[in-house]
Amino acid sequence: MYRYDQYDQAMVDTRVAEFRDQTRRRLEGKLTEDQFKPLRLQNGLYLQLHAYMLRVAVPYGTLNAAQMHVLANIADKYDRGYGHFTTRQNIQYNWIKLEDAPDILADLAAVEMHAIQTSGNCIRNISSDQFAGAAADELIDPRPYAELLRQWSSFHPEFLTLPRKFKICVIASETDRAAMKLHDIGIRIVKNAAGEIGAAFYVGGGMGRTPMIAPLIRDFVPLDQLITYSEACLRVYNRYGRRDNKYKARIKILVHELGKEEYTRQVEEEFAHLLTQGIEPPIAELERIMAHFADPAFDTAASDDLDLSNRDFALWVARNTVAHKQPGYVIANISLKPVGGIPGDASAAQIHLMADLAKEYSFDELRVTHAQNIVLPHVRKADLFTLWQKLEAAGLGAANLDTVEDIIACPGLDYCSLANARSIPVAQKISQRFAANGKTGELGELKLKISGCINACGHHHAGHIGILGVDKKGLENYQLLLGGCEGDDTSLGKITGPGFTEDGIVDAVEKATDVYLAEREEGERFLDTYRRIGMEKFKEAIYA
Amino acid sequence: MKILTGNDLKSGAVVWWTGQDWSIHVEDAVDVGDQADTILAQEEAARRVNASYAIDAEPDGERGVRPAHIKDRIRALGPTVRPDLTLKPADPNAGNWVI
Repeated sequence: MYRYDQYDQAMVDTRVAEFRDQTRRRLEGKLTEDQFKPLRLQNGLYLQLHAYMLRVAVPYGTLNAAQMHVLANIADKYDRGYGHFTTRQNIQYNWIKLEDAPDILADLAAVEMHAIQTSGNCIRNISSDQFAGAAADELIDPRPYAELLRQWSSFHPEFLTLPRKFKICVIASETDRAAMKLHDIGIRIVKNAAGEIGAAFYVGGGMGRTPMIAPLIRDFVPLDQLITYSEACLRVYNRYGRRDNKYKARIKILVHELGKEEYTRQVEEEFAHLLTQGIEPPIAELERIMAHFADPAFDTAASDDLDLSNRDFALWVARNTVAHKQPGYVIANISLKPVGGIPGDASAAQIHLMADLAKEYSFDELRVTHAQNIVLPHVRKADLFTLWQKLEAAGLGAANLDTVEDIIACPGLDYCSLANARSIPVAQKISQRFAANGKTGELGELKLKISGCINACGHHHAGHIGILGVDKKGLENYQLLLGGCEGDDTSLGKITGPGFTEDGIVDAVEKATDVYLAEREEGERFLDTYRRIGMEKFKEAIYA
Repeated sequence: MKILTGNDLKSGAVVWWTGQDWSIHVEDAVDVGDQADTILAQEEAARRVNASYAIDAEPDGERGVRPAHIKDRIRALGPTVRPDLTLKPADPNAGNWVI
């Protein structure tokens, strides 16, 4: 994985010193909150319901064991013993004291991490496929390009005050595991008819109050023009994106209002101009970055044999592991969704353990997924049973990846000042309901996502089943959506009708799954059945 | 009744206006009547508390004060999903007050 050079380290260290001074002046009363707020937000420090919340960037979701240990230490030393992994592949701490924030940032800087650009109207943390560098279906490893984009977008002076926040995702597989088309810019690395590698650009996607699927605006950009084309996309947005209305300021609105063709025309015009300016980083820099992402020293003699005689282990292997590009290895997913648990939360002890397991079994690498789980990307099959036993013993062995129990949920009204309703208790009740009724396995792949407000941090638009919490005359109310999907065939869920109480929404979800079980045809997932039969039968059952 | 709330500058903790100072216990909150804007302006100048605002609440027997909206009741007690992290970790029924 990428390691900081002297410039990266100097930038982060300088920012820590700067923020330490700003915090001191705030605590001494020399800065007002209006003056200080934009400064703390530039360093990922929000004020939430109960305390300050610090959002730490995890570039394209990749971590090593030393970084993971520091994340655990922060949870123990400065927070209340746990962290929350987010749908942006980051981690958040909910109970931070302002006076501790500079020390936390210094601890992060010591392991090449920071919280810069995790807030504000700038280019946020670059996201990617959590299986990058390991997936069997990958064209190339997309992370060197994600890293190049990270360096380009960090402190980019032209793009620090965009009309609104901006999210970029890079993948390089046929299978989209990163909700790529629901980003402001989604980049898929592809091969053209001539066998050349390049990038397809999807621009103007997003969730929030106006969900949109990004249209393809260019099917092939040579990789040695990736930054130049990205800059052109951003420049047009920065020039014409709406600053008069926060709710219409995202690039998706600009692309929609201009039309894909006109937006693309302007980008191409800007791109042609920028090509004359020579802004693309030198190839030597890309090569320097790429050297950090060389494959680990795989055991080429590793056996593909796996003893599945233990039924619980066999179930975990079936649900939580994915094919690796290297024979004898698998990708192991650690579910942070125990039955009745809080999606994405992990205790300091669990974070330490996952770090140790990464060091011992996965070439010192971990990934955070947008589904709020953790990945050990390179595990020898011969080590898998031992690994699973250690996970089980620590409460990390839930065998439920991509099932109805593997729920994405935002922090909701339990923690978030923007939320209208609680998300976590609904997730807890649903996972408990399905664990009790024993239908989880029978239902197969079923992606359920819950947001506590229209900002959609819980990706409810993209859930096969989505739930949106709203405030109905001071009471929590939950709308049900069906038919969303974040993958290759991205679609947006549709609201079934009137909303439900907290208990009512759990019943409604179960009724929807019962319709699926009754109506499904051979090999169909919940989403396939919904797409084939439509909304009506689901509505009849849900509102009967 | 009208009460005032905000977040402590240093800790970020939720605090309530007691008439003289700020307390982390909502039961210490006092009715500020029509003085909300005056007190908020004065406290803003003192720079001890962030994001302060006035809310509706009602007297609540032994517990003293109950904010009208669930968001402020969650702020007053703590996250409903982590009773161990609330201000009343030993009270198994504390969460009922929020809902």
